[in-house]
Amino acid sequence: MESYALLLGSTLSAGTVLAIAALGLLINEKAGIVNLGAEGMMLCAAIAGFATVVHTGSFALGLLAGMAAGALLAVLFGWLVIWLNTNQYATGLALSLFGVGFSAFAGINYVQARLPDTPKFSWPVLGDLPVLGPALFRLHPLVYLTMLLVVLLMWFLYRTRAGLVLRSVGESPQSAHALGYPVRRIRLLAVAAGGALCGLAGAYISTVYTPLWVEGMVAGRGWIALALTTFATWRPARVLLGAYLFGGVTMLQFHLQASGVHVASQLLSMLPYLATIVVLVLISRNPTWIRVNMPASLGKPFFPGS
Amino acid sequence: MLKLEMRPQASRLWAYGSPVLALAITVLIGVALFAALGKDPVRALQVFFWEPIKSPYALGELALKATPLLLIALGLAVCFRSNVWNIGAEGQFVIGAVAAGGIALLADKGTGPWIVPAILAAGMVGGMVWAGITALLRDRFNANEILVSLMLVYVAILFLGYLVYGPWKDPMGYNFPQTRMFERVTQMPRLFAGSRVTIGAALALVGVLLLWVFLFRTRAGFALQVGGLAPSAARYAGFSSRRALWTALLISGATAGLAGALEVAGPIGQLTPYVPAGYGFAAIIVAFVGRLHPVGMVFSALLMSMFYIGGELAQSRLGLPKSLTGVFQGLLLFTLLACDTLIAYRVRWVGAKGGAR
Repeated sequence: MESYALLLGSTLSAGTVLAIAALGLLINEKAGIVNLGAEGMMLCAAIAGFATVVHTGSFALGLLAGMAAGALLAVLFGWLVIWLNTNQYATGLALSLFGVGFSAFAGINYVQARLPDTPKFSWPVLGDLPVLGPALFRLHPLVYLTMLLVVLLMWFLYRTRAGLVLRSVGESPQSAHALGYPVRRIRLLAVAAGGALCGLAGAYISTVYTPLWVEGMVAGRGWIALALTTFATWRPARVLLGAYLFGGVTMLQFHLQASGVHVASQLLSMLPYLATIVVLVLISRNPTWIRVNMPASLGKPFFPGS
Repeated sequence: MLKLEMRPQASRLWAYGSPVLALAITVLIGVALFAALGKDPVRALQVFFWEPIKSPYALGELALKATPLLLIALGLAVCFRSNVWNIGAEGQFVIGAVAAGGIALLADKGTGPWIVPAILAAGMVGGMVWAGITALLRDRFNANEILVSLMLVYVAILFLGYLVYGPWKDPMGYNFPQTRMFERVTQMPRLFAGSRVTIGAALALVGVLLLWVFLFRTRAGFALQVGGLAPSAARYAGFSSRRALWTALLISGATAGLAGALEVAGPIGQLTPYVPAGYGFAAIIVAFVGRLHPVGMVFSALLMSMFYIGGELAQSRLGLPKSLTGVFQGLLLFTLLACDTLIAYRVRWVGAKGGAR
């Protein structure tokens, strides 16, 4: 019982990383932009956040630094793809490759660094419940804020005028342009917001989730987050669900190891990546699921002068 | 304010000029970075651009590192030209290395030189199988090839780790995660005395020729490119996009696997967790900087090899981390993509009032 509650709690934590990044990418993609640079943004944000916490001791500042780093890189990416009309895939790839190199370069002096203890958080009353309290109600505040973020995002996208404009820019930039909306500025804002959330996820990994800095520590989570947006067929609630599912698969691997299953650790570590492939296959095989919800102009450039 | 204006025709001048301009900008940013780090920029430029070419031995090392980059990029160029976004070449490289390593481990004192072609063939088959998974899932289930091929990179690296920590670990290896050193006979023959360049470099140049012929002189190569540029036109002409998908992925799997085989049965000589060195990702940049053209990629592979060697030298001579290589590689691709804008657009300066939206 206790171990299952703990597994559930750790699943929520692991899923939160993926959920934050994937929600950010969802905002991008709703505006019609695919950013393959998620992995690079998350890595740069991870080292930015880590270094900030080392020097200031403030976890809040660390998360903010991560968001700033992610947003900054996203704006660079956005400027290239939105104003210079570079290929979105190639530019995102460049961002990822650059981020992997740059984060390793910037983090070289932080490999041995230590972080102060994370301030403890606990829900009043609920946190004192036996068994469930420590497992479910003493997690990092971001875990709960992420659930709130999903609700906010759903409200924004489907219940507000701004959300409608954002979606129209992703569906038909020509019409949005004809109606007088500044398509490129809206897209850049969406990309920046997505970058900030990817940055938040990256900083969360290096400061809270596994509070240390190792080269390449994001370990493909940026790519899994990209897969999650497809998995969720671009719906915020399903993104959260998918993220927890993947968090569960990641945690299952540790759980199996701890329970003494005789399978090599490397083979168990493959599980999240294999699960991503399996899920992609299952979702993609049904073209209507994908096509109905996919923003119609996803990945296509828009040039108002033409 | 700067304003972009669509050119009536793509600029041929900038098609060639853009990589040069991109390199110049990358070097400028590099100089600024070195200065900011308190290093002598002239010395740093020397480390990156002069040391790797100053002696015959250095040139050999340059060619040695350029070989896997060029081989992988050749295959990737086929993919990108047909609009297949294979970015999992690193995984295909690793599985090629594993398959080649498996054959190399079979050799003993009495093994004949036939083992060398067997190793190369195993590497190619390994890479093709790995790329084939991506092709199959894309073809049958429409699964996104970017994500599938990338996930398979992590799986491949973990699989290599499983082998060298587990069943293939050298029992006499002081518990290091590595296989035993391969027998001498498995070593790729070298081209010149006094240099580590192997027949791999010659194979890569043959690959350049083959790719040129395939792309520009065969119907299959033409069909593949049309499919990439204009899928509906290709369908009218009866060119199969499925066949293009399989062709592109199998060719790039084969070249990446071959590169993996050449590395483990060449400079490395055993399987270790350090076989994946990022060549599969760097080759993406090689392919783009080389304009997806066989000859262009020879130059860009040499340039990227310079960055690798420069990064290593920067570590020993300047006390800078080796990861500088990755920074410059990424920067180069960024600036190239930005400069490529000049091919299709003219930049015009307009007054602030005529500002573009």
